[in-house]
Amino acid sequence: MSSKSGDANLSSPKQGKSGFDFFQFLYKYGTIITIVLLIIIFSIANPSFLQMNNIINILRSISIVTIIAIGLTISLSVNGFDLSIGSVASLANAVVISMFVWHSQPTVIAIIVALVCALLVGLLNAFLIVKVRIPDMLLTLATMFVVQGVALTYTRSATISENMIMPDGSYAEGKIPDTFGMIGKVPLIIIIMFVIVILVHIFLTYTKHGRYMYVIGGNQEAARLSGIAVNKYKVLAYVLSALFAAIGGIVLASRVMTAEINAGSSYLMDAVAAAFIGLSVLGAGKPNAFGTFIGAVLIGILANGLVMMSVPYYAMDIVKGAVFASALALTYYKMK
Amino acid sequence: MMTMALEMKDITIDFPGVRALDQASFQMDAGDVHALIGANGAGKSTLMKVLSGAYTHYTGTILIDGKEVSIRSPKDAKDYGIQIVYQEVDTALIPYLTVGENIMLNHLVSDMGKKQWVNYQEIHHNASKVLEELQISVSSRQLVSSLTLAEKQMVLIARAISSKCRFLILDEPTAPLSKSETDQLFRIVRQLQADHVGIIFISHRLQELFEICDNITVMRNGRFISEESIKSVTVNDIVEKMLGKKMDEQFPRMEKTIGEPVFEVAYLKDTDKVNDVSFTVHSGEVIGLAGLVGAGKTEICKALFGAAEKVEGSIKLNGKIIRPKTPNHAVRQGLAFVPEERRKEGILVEEDVKTNITSANLNQFTRYFSFLNFSKEKKVAAQMVDQLDVKTPTIETKLQNLSGGNQQKVAIGKWLVTDADVYIFDEPTKGVDVGSKKDIFTLILELAKRGKAVIYASGELSEIIGITDRAYVIFDGQVVKEVKTKEVTEEDLLYYSTGGRDE
Repeated sequence: MSSKSGDANLSSPKQGKSGFDFFQFLYKYGTIITIVLLIIIFSIANPSFLQMNNIINILRSISIVTIIAIGLTISLSVNGFDLSIGSVASLANAVVISMFVWHSQPTVIAIIVALVCALLVGLLNAFLIVKVRIPDMLLTLATMFVVQGVALTYTRSATISENMIMPDGSYAEGKIPDTFGMIGKVPLIIIIMFVIVILVHIFLTYTKHGRYMYVIGGNQEAARLSGIAVNKYKVLAYVLSALFAAIGGIVLASRVMTAEINAGSSYLMDAVAAAFIGLSVLGAGKPNAFGTFIGAVLIGILANGLVMMSVPYYAMDIVKGAVFASALALTYYKMK
Repeated sequence: MMTMALEMKDITIDFPGVRALDQASFQMDAGDVHALIGANGAGKSTLMKVLSGAYTHYTGTILIDGKEVSIRSPKDAKDYGIQIVYQEVDTALIPYLTVGENIMLNHLVSDMGKKQWVNYQEIHHNASKVLEELQISVSSRQLVSSLTLAEKQMVLIARAISSKCRFLILDEPTAPLSKSETDQLFRIVRQLQADHVGIIFISHRLQELFEICDNITVMRNGRFISEESIKSVTVNDIVEKMLGKKMDEQFPRMEKTIGEPVFEVAYLKDTDKVNDVSFTVHSGEVIGLAGLVGAGKTEICKALFGAAEKVEGSIKLNGKIIRPKTPNHAVRQGLAFVPEERRKEGILVEEDVKTNITSANLNQFTRYFSFLNFSKEKKVAAQMVDQLDVKTPTIETKLQNLSGGNQQKVAIGKWLVTDADVYIFDEPTKGVDVGSKKDIFTLILELAKRGKAVIYASGELSEIIGITDRAYVIFDGQVVKEVKTKEVTEEDLLYYSTGGRDE
């Protein structure tokens, strides 16, 4: 092992100082430079890009992705992974809308029920990963399907909306309160996003618990033998991951005021991309809330700018995927 | 002069900073069971890796039947009929293939030529033949993952002799085996011997060499020391040759007072290796757990620290029974543990010095609502770096950029921040340079001086002699002897560690 690090030390001077520094620079500031470049390009191509209402538009469009990605960031911090976040968002979306439309519940109850559902999924994930020791990626792939299926079964694969036709032929009588509708509107939606980013950033960086999570992510066995309650923190990580996914789903519900089938699943890919792009931001080298936000901004600006430049929506995934791949290349090439 | 079947002459090999072999030589005849003996780091495994083609940058000559040969790759070695069975059997076997496929793996890899289809009937037929020859009662169609350790080892031996095999190297084959499994292994060794296979037998269990070997070669510090017929030597002769002259004085002396019993362990047992271990540590005392590789020291340490599963027996701290179920629990009771596998278990290589030092006791560095007190963290880390004399540019340097000795100091340092009652060290000087070693010894003795109870587990018997007040010799997961270290020599410890008993 020691010879390996020795090799690394020997080889770095050989690469030449300027090349090495340039790469380090790119690693740290690449994402931010890309964002700045994109802003310049898009605003030249279309002057309305930099207008206040477009900036707000971008922030609003990334808020749900960011919230879900923040949850993923927490599971990544213990060197875990949670693929079920998209499905949990779908489930929360369906549950919260159904509480209003089918059961005429008040806002607080509806939100609490949705969060409790997510909590159960998070606990299930945590139990199977921590106790049964199923690899996280595979297990959450499985629960991704299970939760998606549960959401579909619950809604009987139909879109839930006000005045929908119920199976018995009558119309649903519940209304979605206006207060709930506020959550998904500017400015509240953007404020919620910023509050979550800041809170989680503080949690991970400035508290004992966050530090423990990073220690577990860095070397689980060393963490265990240092007396850190590894399992407790891993459970916490998966529960938080599911809760933030559910918050994302609730915000989504408020924004569209309906529950379409699998509405949350499209956020999985963007959230993964945002969190991984965030790894390298400012040279953090580990999952972090601020980086994840920057990653989401990059994706949001790309999507927004490309739409303005009349790139068809169906080609957007090509660009997003390519950006994700380049971010990963930057991160992992440096690790080599 | 008669030509030997195998001769290695003037083999020298360098690794960064170390000359692992220094003009080492070795010779043996066909049909000879030849013991190769030396203390940890004497170079016996390195020499065998040269012979089996694992290291290519050596100088010196190797002769087979008097003719000079060039062995520069594992394939060269195999072509000359040199086969090796490494100690870690699992690294050489593919668990989800059958016994037959594993035995015939070399054929599958190198003798297929243009053939594209695997003839399983032939494989199982040939593999069964080899198994039969060796009288191993394992089915060729069984999965390797379902075998015991001893059976896996036999499968590897079967693989070795399924190809051309003139010389078979067994690297500590008996370390993980029970007595009856060892007997089974010896039966196979004798059978191969009868077929004129030369067997090189590396073992730390000196007693068993007398049972199985004809000749013995002793190495020390990468050099050849002696070669003799095993009939003409005693265990004490071998031990003396392994150790050579006494090491220089590198152990600090410190006056300390030994007080009341602090840590009492009785009938400690785990499901695997540890078997009825009992010992006591007083305050201000350093006790040694002496034993060779595989004796079960690490398992004992982990069982004490709640890092093993299903531990039985009683552990008393200050007269109160504690049952550490997890390391987290153990730490809260006042135990501290510096594990053997530093990079894997002890430190965070990608984190900086400061984070590592505070990782075992972050509670000291928090304010209201668990918020971290960064300035205190920095202050304490800087103090600790000073106190331990860690050679690091800053406390923000990542551990992967420090030397092994300095990494170890950090791994120990993180426990000095904690105020534990009992400190457990497992091979703390492994891979540590001489200078840092002395610093680490000083640290440990200072802990004892402050009235702590210290448990020092090591296979470096000179260190046990040098640093401990009392020692328990561990053999095969059991305490076989308790000694006052002042009254014994390294030779005595080695004698007991290799399974020797008082007459």
